[in-house]
Amino acid sequence: MPITYYITLSVVLFCIGVVGVLTRRNAIIIFMCVELMLNAVNLMLVAFSKMHNGNAIASAPNSTVGIDGQLFVFFIMVVAAAEVCVGLSIIVMMYRNTHSVDVNFLNRLKN
Amino acid sequence: MSTIEILFWFLSALALLGATMVLISKNPVHSILWLIIVFFAISGHYVLLNAQFLAIVNLIVYAGAIMVLFLFVVMLMNLNSDSEPKKNNRLKMAGVISGGCLMLIMIDVVRSASEMQKATAMLKEGNIGLIRTLGMALFKDYVVPFEISSVLFLSAMVGAVVIGKKD
Repeated sequence: MPITYYITLSVVLFCIGVVGVLTRRNAIIIFMCVELMLNAVNLMLVAFSKMHNGNAIASAPNSTVGIDGQLFVFFIMVVAAAEVCVGLSIIVMMYRNTHSVDVNFLNRLKN
Repeated sequence: MSTIEILFWFLSALALLGATMVLISKNPVHSILWLIIVFFAISGHYVLLNAQFLAIVNLIVYAGAIMVLFLFVVMLMNLNSDSEPKKNNRLKMAGVISGGCLMLIMIDVVRSASEMQKATAMLKEGNIGLIRTLGMALFKDYVVPFEISSVLFLSAMVGAVVIGKKD
């Protein structure tokens, strides 16, 4: 598969996530759109890792060039799991205090 | 068209449809279910790219653990389409336009880079996606970040308990 197909797919997914963060006001949906952006980046990292590995195994069949990309994806998943755990507890706390998940409620933090 | 191409286009269409439906669903529970479909499609892409370990981890961690957590929180708060906050249409248009501009610029810039023109992602060749090779790299070159991530998990756990505690 040409790498440009994967680039296009992940850029479109990433931008759908950006539009979601910009247009929705529900804190949980915004959080899910952030997860969508993380996944778009993961897909692009895996595609690039296979691209570099494909160039390397032409000369050395057992080369592991490009494995770092897949390990980065693994660590992104680790960090995302920790982030979701803390973020959702913040949203639950916010709901308990304001009885709403509308992010515009949070502008009262200004005063 | 070969089977791989058909699968690629099907999974891409599924991912884009799911991502769009996450955006436009009024009910948060439906958004979460569509996001699970997106994660399954991305896992399918990983399988096509011969990254089997990441495909399984994506299913277990994202579609399994994280989305269940989201679903649980939404059901705990009893959110539905009636409680969905409304945003005015002009702000929505501004968000869509700025996101679309970002998309056009990023696609154009990355695709026009000269080393991307002829490059292909090898689908079947190579064994870097297998658990054996990934494990060797993880426990040799990346053992310090791996151990640090356990501290990260511990602190996230403590943080979630402290934040979520009723005071």
